[in-house]
Amino acid sequence: MSATLAQGAYIVAGLLFILALAGLSRHESARAGVRFGVAGMAVALVFTVFLATAGEGGSGWLGLLLIVVAMAAGAVIGLDRARKVEMTGMPELIAMLHSFVGLAAVLVGWNSSYEESPYPAIHDVEVFVGVFIGAVTFTGSIVAFLKLSARIASKPLTLPFRNQLNLAAIAVFVVLTVVYVVLPEESVFGRHLLLGVVTVLALALGWHLVASIGGGDMPVVVSMLNSYSGWAAAAAGFLLGNDLLIITGALVGSSGAYLSYIMCRAMNRSFVSVIAGGFGVESGTAASGDEDYGEHREVGAEGAAALLSGAKSVVITPGYGMAVAQAQYPVASLTKALRDKGVDVRFGIHPVAGRLPGHMNVLLAEAKVPYDIVLEMDEINDDLADTDVVLVIGANDTVNPAAAEDPNSPIAGMPVLRVWEAADVVVFKRSMATGYAGVQNPLFFRENTQMLFGDAKERVEDILRAL
Amino acid sequence: MRIGVPRESRSGETRVAATPATVGKLLGLGYTVFVEEGAGRAASFDDDAYRDAGADVIDDAVWNADVVLKVTSPTDAEVARLRSGQILACLLAPALSPELVEKLAKRGVTALAMDAVPRISRAQSLDVLSSMANIGGYRAVVEAAHEFGSFFTGQVTAAGKVPPAKVLVVGAGVAGLAAIGTASSLGAVVRAFDARPEVAEQVESMGAQFLRVDVEDEGPSADGYAKETSADFDAAAAALYAEQAKDVDIVVTTALIPGRPAPRLLTEEMVASMKPGSVVVDMAAANGGNVAGTVAGEKVVTENGVTILGYTDLPGRLPTQSSQLFGTNLVNLMTLLTPEKDGEVVLDLEDTVQRGMTVVREGEVLWPPPPVQVSAAPALGTDVVTVDTNKKERGPLLTPQRRLGLAVAAGALFLLVSAFAPAEFLGHFMVFMLSVVVGFYVIGNVHHALHTPLMSVTNAISGIIVVGALLQVGRGNVWVSVLAFVGILVASINVFGGFRVTARMLEMFKREEVAR
Repeated sequence: MSATLAQGAYIVAGLLFILALAGLSRHESARAGVRFGVAGMAVALVFTVFLATAGEGGSGWLGLLLIVVAMAAGAVIGLDRARKVEMTGMPELIAMLHSFVGLAAVLVGWNSSYEESPYPAIHDVEVFVGVFIGAVTFTGSIVAFLKLSARIASKPLTLPFRNQLNLAAIAVFVVLTVVYVVLPEESVFGRHLLLGVVTVLALALGWHLVASIGGGDMPVVVSMLNSYSGWAAAAAGFLLGNDLLIITGALVGSSGAYLSYIMCRAMNRSFVSVIAGGFGVESGTAASGDEDYGEHREVGAEGAAALLSGAKSVVITPGYGMAVAQAQYPVASLTKALRDKGVDVRFGIHPVAGRLPGHMNVLLAEAKVPYDIVLEMDEINDDLADTDVVLVIGANDTVNPAAAEDPNSPIAGMPVLRVWEAADVVVFKRSMATGYAGVQNPLFFRENTQMLFGDAKERVEDILRAL
Repeated sequence: MRIGVPRESRSGETRVAATPATVGKLLGLGYTVFVEEGAGRAASFDDDAYRDAGADVIDDAVWNADVVLKVTSPTDAEVARLRSGQILACLLAPALSPELVEKLAKRGVTALAMDAVPRISRAQSLDVLSSMANIGGYRAVVEAAHEFGSFFTGQVTAAGKVPPAKVLVVGAGVAGLAAIGTASSLGAVVRAFDARPEVAEQVESMGAQFLRVDVEDEGPSADGYAKETSADFDAAAAALYAEQAKDVDIVVTTALIPGRPAPRLLTEEMVASMKPGSVVVDMAAANGGNVAGTVAGEKVVTENGVTILGYTDLPGRLPTQSSQLFGTNLVNLMTLLTPEKDGEVVLDLEDTVQRGMTVVREGEVLWPPPPVQVSAAPALGTDVVTVDTNKKERGPLLTPQRRLGLAVAAGALFLLVSAFAPAEFLGHFMVFMLSVVVGFYVIGNVHHALHTPLMSVTNAISGIIVVGALLQVGRGNVWVSVLAFVGILVASINVFGGFRVTARMLEMFKREEVAR
């Protein structure tokens, strides 16, 4: 098979990937988008396997065997994970998958370092860049995975001079790259050593970048790692002179970056400081907890049920607490019960609710809440003032009036759901503890706010019974 | 517990402490409600409406209830009906009527003064002074319009041009602001003055011009009400009033200082300088009046034809509305006093709101309460702005010039690199650049709900890195093959897992019609 045929196949695959991403932007075309993606991947894999194994210079039957075994094993593991994963565990899964891309990029980079190239200088730089981005993605994703699955504390790690540390790592990387380019081909040991050092350096940097980000900012981190994994693939594409990898990597990288940018805007954070890691910690000057907010008032499930049955319009604003308590099913039943009674029930989703962009949407969809009553913050914010009852289920910082009203608050300026404008607010919460931002929430002490303490799932079920 | 709502006995009082709507809410708090026959008649609520709402309509036995809700302070005869242990909530003016407080204490009751609610934002919902002042301000302008011989709004008609009326509102509290709003909506030119310069914004937001004097005053008191002003300030303000009196057609004065006689703002000379036909509404008449010549509760016409209205029952002239708002304030009070919603009053004197209102507790005089600092006080002077000194003031990192400079530098650097780069590399770079741009635009309008599926599909697609490993496996160095094998394995997990999980997620996104 000629190399040009493979090139042609890559162009087709690249187009299919673009269609896949475009399709995923809208509900109507989303499923078609996935099919395009699968088709693109199939085209790319089939022709690559042929190119790699068959014909002159191919790896032959041995190569084919290795490929089939590796892919089969990967497919079994991947399909199994995808089948079993709980929707609440989606962030962890995606973070873990990102780490695989990073690892693969590192491996491809190492392998390429053995290859001859007509342009050794450029090739050497490409090897270093590929390994570097891959390794950062790898450890960054692993740390994100560990944080999301609560295997390590989600508290941000604050090393002294951490910004300087990051900058120093990048500076060292640049210097090592230059040394690597200058070092002659013959000094095999020296080149191996440099490659090893850079890998370790990048692994450490990736770990540090994500470790210094708090758990509350995880949606942005996951999205950012998604972008990194794309850049890693693109770097590998340059390394191998493979346009398909470049196209795909750049697509994923830039779309992931844009998604992160949307997230940052939603949180009023600087995009640059997110990419640089450890953002938002600067403003974490321990929130002054001595301020007197007054008393909060409690309500029981019966009281909440009475409020709901008297309401004409209800808005539910879920947060990570709903995911933790697995409360999406009772919430969906509650929604259905209220809608059957003629109550207008809608959902208001903050862009950074949950631990993954769109996390709440996925959970609600899992519980079969029709997606056309699930609205974005901007779509629902102006209607909240006309709403009778708002149920805040496991959300905290995303409904904090301090962001809008207190210029000294660490989360000042972050757009929030203005739930306090509604006639009544019922907050489901385990205790009076603060949210991820560590900021007290004046919402809990408002006149029109009532607290419903306990496990969100059980409390919603109690309300259902009371109704 | 039982709540009794008696008929107001003071002559001219038209309001009632509960309406059928608020009775329903009181019942919801777990109380039994008794309303005296004919209590709501003057406010257009008949006894049947109360019965329909769930109250028992009885005779004056309502005074035996555990909680008595009233509008005005009780008369001596009514005080005599109170018994030890009862709770009474109504207007009491404890600062102006210490003898009434004494009498209530002797009866051993618990008395809550609805006009002693601390001015903190949490307590706004039970502040009858605000809700009544709002109605009073509206009615003051309506009364003035009634007496005034001309239009409020300016018009150009076939019968000639009509100038708009000029209205001066003194005191921009709740009543003043309500008066400003009403007068502006009738089309008058409205000016307002207040000793507190920080209310200028509120005045202007209501459509009036805020008049200023050039004297620095020390600003508002800590409790949010106006207080007495300095001599310098008074002189400057007097000059302003004198000047305005000659010009305006309507004056509405609302200046009250809690617990003191109302300040005299308009002197006899000023009133005499007003145009014949002008109208002055003195909303402070009950406390002595802001205007010389005011007679509380009366309409007075001066020699030069200026009408001075000293009505003290302005809110009561809208009895239905006033009763509804007063009743709602009382419901909010009872909600505060009934934390369990079980019909049992729990008086918590640790709470500043409840402490401030409690004038007498079971015979013990608790007036005056300790001072309350208003949390939302429009602080003035030194502590206006709390500057966060920890925050370094940094200019925007990227000024337009720097941005341009960076772009030029990056462009030059790239051109330099490309001069030495192989053609093949530049070809790849072109593909890279275009893909970056495409990737950016292709998801530009992504629906927020699809963020997660989009991310997981891009994740699956980035598993394309498997292509790199595929090309490396099974050739040359054993280690290369081993590494490539591992690479294929992990990337395949990504590809298959990513697509599968995306498809699974999308299966769940269903529109309602499909789901049913």
